Amino acid sequence: MKVLVCVKQTFDTEAKIELKDGKINDAGINLIINPYDEVAVEGAIQLKEKKVAKEVVVVSAGADTAMDAIRTALAMGADRGILVKQDVDADEYARAVALAEVIKKENPDLILAGHVAADDGSSQVPTRIAEILGLPHVNVITNLEIADGVATVDCEADGGTATYEVKLPAVISSQVSWNEPRYPSMKGIMQAKKKPVETVDAVAVENKVKVLEYALPEAKTAGIKIEDDPEVAAPQLADWMLNTAKIEVVK
Amino acid sequence: MAGTWVVVDQRDGNIRKVTFELISEAKKYGEVAAVLFGKGVEGLAPEFAKYGADKVYVCDDDLFASYNTGAYVAQLEAMIKEYSPNAVLFGHTVNGRDFAARLAQKLDAGLATDAIDFELSDGKGVFTRAIYAGKALAKVEVTGNPVLATIRAGVCEVVEADGAGEVIKPAIVATADDVYQVEKEFAPTVSARPELTEAEVVVSGGRGCKGPDGIKVVEELADLLGAAVGASRASVDSGWLGHELQVGQTGKVVNPNLYVACGISGAIQHLAGMSSSKYIAAINTDPEAPIFSVADFGVVGDLFKVIPLLIEELQK
Ligand SMILES: Cc1cc2nc3c(=O)[nH]c(=O)nc-3n(C[C@H](O)[C@H](O)[C@H](O)COP(=O)(O)OP(=O)(O)OC[C@H]3O[C@@H](n4cnc5c(N)ncnc54)[C@H](O)[C@@H]3O)c2cc1C
Ligand SMILES: Nc1ncnc2c1ncn2[C@@H]1O[C@H](COP(=O)(O)O)[C@@H](O)[C@H]1O
Repeated sequence: MKVLVCVKQTFDTEAKIELKDGKINDAGINLIINPYDEVAVEGAIQLKEKKVAKEVVVVSAGADTAMDAIRTALAMGADRGILVKQDVDADEYARAVALAEVIKKENPDLILAGHVAADDGSSQVPTRIAEILGLPHVNVITNLEIADGVATVDCEADGGTATYEVKLPAVISSQVSWNEPRYPSMKGIMQAKKKPVETVDAVAVENKVKVLEYALPEAKTAGIKIEDDPEVAAPQLADWMLNTAKIEVVK
Repeated sequence: MAGTWVVVDQRDGNIRKVTFELISEAKKYGEVAAVLFGKGVEGLAPEFAKYGADKVYVCDDDLFASYNTGAYVAQLEAMIKEYSPNAVLFGHTVNGRDFAARLAQKLDAGLATDAIDFELSDGKGVFTRAIYAGKALAKVEVTGNPVLATIRAGVCEVVEADGAGEVIKPAIVATADDVYQVEKEFAPTVSARPELTEAEVVVSGGRGCKGPDGIKVVEELADLLGAAVGASRASVDSGWLGHELQVGQTGKVVNPNLYVACGISGAIQHLAGMSSSKYIAAINTDPEAPIFSVADFGVVGDLFKVIPLLIEELQK
């Protein structure tokens, strides 16, 4: 079985966001694999270790820097990579089209992705890829079992957890609680340098969504802070809850 | 143009609050219809009229008994072609975002997801989205017939209004061939407390709770406030609270009237999930804890001492 993993390169989750010339400033920002995608890579490697998968291919669409994300995945244990060169301003539609094009050629049995990118927060690309390829998609998975060409997944659902079955090939997107991604070993990092990475250009399609402007949220200002005995502080907090936040106490 | 459609998010007749929020908000733009999928659900139609729905499209069929992407998308696509709504809005729930993204791609259309504010006009919508886990905002324009978007729960107010709630039963065009995922099991979260993403008040416990005893203190406060209980990743990783209760970048985004952070430092990934709460209170022993920089009311102190006294005061 061949597993393909979509990895997006994103800002470190600790990064402070600033604007420059009306755009998000990426100068000096540490770039990482989207945390959800890292979990998908780990899931794919574990399938290989269990001999369920034979090959793990990682695909990333973006700038040249995305090569680092691919190398990290290779160092974790993926076999080869494909960098789809694409303008970083490509929207979810354009990214899905570009990725689907590459995926179609690779014809994998299973496509793994993260359920959301930590930067754009869109939760669209894997679903769109599945639709373009006419494949099933299941989302926010916390466990995956594969047997006889069928994937059984546990998913976070609204108001509970659900278990779904889908026939492979399928697109499956992960929640972080699925697994604990490994750190690449020194040996892995050395080996990754020799693993093949192909570079292709993204198919050119126009964005469907137009960004009008970026802004920073109004900085939340710190309010009242009481550093006093609990006997003094607690009644003040209670008073604030009742009279400012206007909460109701359940009798 | 046939107004705005709000796709109902429900399971077993339990309608998610975001549905009513969106109907109320969409009402500002003229005609509103609720689009309901399910089996034996026609009786729910009056619920939407209460918030101003002029029409309720009821798609009642065995195929729609529980959410499944393929059949729902096939049905909605056909209805859109037949009735031409100006905009179709979904709650940004697990099902809503799956439904909307699949539909958008099928229609070769753009989609704004997880919007926290919006404005609709004919063939166009302008949406504000929180990006970088709320550290920046993007205003985006989506054009199309219809305009498609998912909206975050809790950002619009529920307002009661009279709607005709005229029931329309579109022809069912989805077939069993459209179904590709089979739901084998659904385990509802059993809790007497309100659900995290829908609660008016959330009381969260972090590593400062030090163990199940501390969590119990937090839960006691939550129950007194009729609140949902939330967790930081530290208290989830320690096994004190369930993963479904994690608030933050990799957990849930909550938008309550009041968020009470107990023994939570306020790491940037935690703030990503709660900093848009209307009011924030924090109890923490460390006066330098970053949570105080977003708290409207902070108490520097030991939660094991402060919370019991707070409970006593609130009970007065
Ligand atoms: C990619 C990524 C994603 C993440 N996603 C999330 C997420 O979604 N949600 C999330 O929460 N975290 C997330 N984290 C983890 C986050 O960085 C923090 O590690 C986590 O939020 C810390 O939890 P905490 O505040 O409970 O613990 P700590 O940071 O250890 O803070 C405990 C606090 O309790 C206080 N305290 C101690 N004793 C008491 C007492 N008796 N009374 C009152 N206060 C006391 C301490 O002063 C301290 O401030 C993520 C991290 C990464 C890298
Ligand atoms: N540029 C990209 N390259 C590779 N994978 C991507 C890209 N954009 C999105 N994805 C995948 O789609 C998931 C959801 O992204 P999004 O729809 O942007 O929230 C990510 O977790 C990735 O797995």
